[in-house]
Amino acid sequence: MSTETLDKTGTMDKVDLKTLISATADTIAAHADELTALDQAIGDGDHGLNMKRGFEAVRTEAEAFAAKPLPEALKAIGTKLVMTVGGASGPLFGTLFMALGKEISAEPDRASLTAAFGKAIEAVAARGKSQVGQKTMLDVLQPVHDALLQGKTGLEIADVADSAADATVPMKALRGRASFLGDRSIGHMDAGGRSVALLVRAVVESIEGQA
Amino acid sequence: MSNVGIVIVSHSPLVAEGTADMVRQMVGDEVPLAWCGGNGHGGLGTNVEAIMGAIDKAWSEAGVAILVDLGGAETNSEMAVEMIGEPRAHKIIVCNAPIVEGAVMAATEASGGASLREVVATAHELSPS
Repeated sequence: MSTETLDKTGTMDKVDLKTLISATADTIAAHADELTALDQAIGDGDHGLNMKRGFEAVRTEAEAFAAKPLPEALKAIGTKLVMTVGGASGPLFGTLFMALGKEISAEPDRASLTAAFGKAIEAVAARGKSQVGQKTMLDVLQPVHDALLQGKTGLEIADVADSAADATVPMKALRGRASFLGDRSIGHMDAGGRSVALLVRAVVESIEGQA
Repeated sequence: MSNVGIVIVSHSPLVAEGTADMVRQMVGDEVPLAWCGGNGHGGLGTNVEAIMGAIDKAWSEAGVAILVDLGGAETNSEMAVEMIGEPRAHKIIVCNAPIVEGAVMAATEASGGASLREVVATAHELSPS
């Protein structure tokens, strides 16, 4: 089973990238309205639509991406997101994938995946001039990285991501449009964090289902 | 043209175009100028591809100063500069300044033949540090 795959050997070479792309695009599409509602509460309300546009654009070229080696595929997916998302999320999610592609090996084991993921988070933090604790996607990415380091199973990692997204609710936004609201940003979930949690679960369940 | 170019990036094409009109009124055609606004799909937002296009249009060997409105405009502009890459990237600077005042002041400075550094410094003077 794939938890074994992720935990022990950690190789992802059996995972079909096309299926992963499809799973991520599906979850973003299914939750686009929810993401937009979260963003409307404390942002400019375009997150769901923007993410959906980006991931559908990736889905359209899934075959071409899947034909590339994993590092090249991730870089190309990141670039596609940068070009199609059309909000601040474009460069942020784009940078996540581009940096992951730059750092990851063609057939990563768990250790190299974890290390690459850590570097990718640093790249996102630099792009957004942000850090953990400011009610952003970093507040979900970092706990996911910690869970990877701790050797948690795929589904445990997805649960960590959900909890981390929930944990952004009482936080006060210090970056992005939500920070304009000051204390009024408290009590709402960060839309970018929610997107990360959705993507993590989709990837994990996709891997679980395939192995 | 040898003067520094100015690029205006707003979430709203109306704001971007209006700002460009105000710049033109001040400096005419003495400064390479381009603007972009909107997400490329008819909505508010900014778009890396459009920003890269605007930089090309306003390109000057003396460099290009970019004026932005809100966060995503800055992030997308920085992404555009990175994607353009060297040898041009180091001659493109995203200014920390109010978009309208910054664009007009920067362009006025540029029209006198000021260097990129001077143009950007003029725009930055408008921002409380």
